[in-house]
Amino acid sequence: MPESARKITVSSQAVTPRKIRQIIIEESKRANVGHIGSALSVADIIAVLFEHGLRLPGTDASDRDRFVLSKGHSALALYAALHLKGILQPDQVQTYCCDGSLLGVHPEHQLDGIDFSTGSLGHGLAFGAGVALASRLSGRPYRAFVLVSDAECNEGSLWETVMFAAHHKLANLVAIVDNNGQQALGKTKDVIDLHPLGEKWRAFGWKVHEIDGHNPAELRQTLAGLETADGPPNVLIANTISGKGVSFMEGKVEWHYLPLSDDLYAQALKELEASES
Amino acid sequence: MRLACTRALTEIARSDPRILLLTADLGFMVLEEFSEAHPTRFFNVGVAEANMIGLATGLAASGYVPYVYSIATFASMRGYEQIRNGPILHKLPVRIIGVGGGFEYGHAGITHHALEDLTIARVQPGLTVVAPADHEQASAAIRATYDLPGPIYYRIGKRDDYVLPGLGGRFRLGRIETVRDGDDVLILVLGSIAAEAIKASDILSRKGIQANVSVVSSLRPAPVEDIHRMLKRFPLVVTVEEHYVDGGLGSLVAEIAAENGTCGRVFRCGVRTPPSATCGGEACLREVNGLSARSISDSVVNALKEFGE
Repeated sequence: MPESARKITVSSQAVTPRKIRQIIIEESKRANVGHIGSALSVADIIAVLFEHGLRLPGTDASDRDRFVLSKGHSALALYAALHLKGILQPDQVQTYCCDGSLLGVHPEHQLDGIDFSTGSLGHGLAFGAGVALASRLSGRPYRAFVLVSDAECNEGSLWETVMFAAHHKLANLVAIVDNNGQQALGKTKDVIDLHPLGEKWRAFGWKVHEIDGHNPAELRQTLAGLETADGPPNVLIANTISGKGVSFMEGKVEWHYLPLSDDLYAQALKELEASES
Repeated sequence: MRLACTRALTEIARSDPRILLLTADLGFMVLEEFSEAHPTRFFNVGVAEANMIGLATGLAASGYVPYVYSIATFASMRGYEQIRNGPILHKLPVRIIGVGGGFEYGHAGITHHALEDLTIARVQPGLTVVAPADHEQASAAIRATYDLPGPIYYRIGKRDDYVLPGLGGRFRLGRIETVRDGDDVLILVLGSIAAEAIKASDILSRKGIQANVSVVSSLRPAPVEDIHRMLKRFPLVVTVEEHYVDGGLGSLVAEIAAENGTCGRVFRCGVRTPPSATCGGEACLREVNGLSARSISDSVVNALKEFGE
């Protein structure tokens, strides 16, 4: 059995966007590390992927779906979900960015629940396409879900895979674009304008679903409705807000990098306490 | 070596369903034997080498053994970061076949000349690096290594009609193969240029110099023990490679000599000049870069004069 399909024992706990966000804030503060905005941005997407119907790590050893966090700098959101699912050891998430830990800023495949090490952008979709192609060749019904960032769509290598997947009708490949409009040094529209992003994917032969990336019900419904027989691969253009859930971070470029001060940390936690889910 | 590799792979694939072949739109009249025998296991991914390596990574992580094929420059450099972060980082059995080492794509120009592929391959821990000297050895190398657990880079030549005298298709990972014995000087050679090294040893022989010619076809794992043993025997070793002198075979031998404290001299024959726009076929470019049989034999004579006993 390939390494990536190893069996993982699960002691499940509800993976909610709020719990993911709380862990992101707590652990990034403890570690004094940034990339908070882009982790908060995908909390709802990760929660839905782990909680609703997708056969992700720990749920079915042989034919489970594979998940590639191509935007590896959101790893803390993924660690939070793995923690809540009981795939990480109980205290392991608290080793985030500690010397000697396996939980770095970007995810490494040596960690249970991580299939592919990522961090360098423009690589993950091809990994996912390889998995999707392997599924077809072997007749085993697993799928590949790849979460990419909108700025990652600047990478030419991503579009190489976009063309391949459409040509080979890899419907079991699902890309999710975290379309938060923010990249390292500014707004995507000011750096390299991606508009109209959905049209670009559509023109390359993908089935495009433009959705609210902060609406778990819509995410869940869209994922549940995907056709996975031979046909166009699917992309969810998930419109999101970087820093979502923490008022002073939302849409602010600085939270791509900055760690939290004590005051802002307290305020962020307070806001999350008061939030709905 | 191209057809030899295709033929070996086609045969291995008959009994091993994990074998896949991917090409980035190259291999006309080379890959057909495989694609016709195993049509569902052959993919032309288009002109997209980075994607090809990424796909191969995902396939290998799912239990397959994908071979990816391109011209050596594109195979090694275009997807280099994908190779590093994919099969090397994940320790997966992706096989990268780079065709046309050195000046084999002569008239095609510098974009097609692979002069640093071995250097960049050799610095990646966990990447096996194999560079056969003729098509029989290429076939043997493919067969001997197809089941290795980690990634492999094969630098193979284009010609399938040349057999290096004395080699007999021998290949052993991490070892060298002596193809001509002699006591006066050691020539260590890698790849298709071995044909010129043999001719050079003929020229030297007529001058009364008996060269030992040994083929290095496994750069990683490096044939450390074999080379160390030879360095103890020969005070002068001349390395010959169709590659920049930095980082390839000559560098490897110099490293082994220095690390083992072996006394003696290493003279490196290889490309030392910056890329130029001069057009030429392989023979012309070998001549220009001091890699013709005549140039190699001259280098050996000069090195013996300078460093010899």
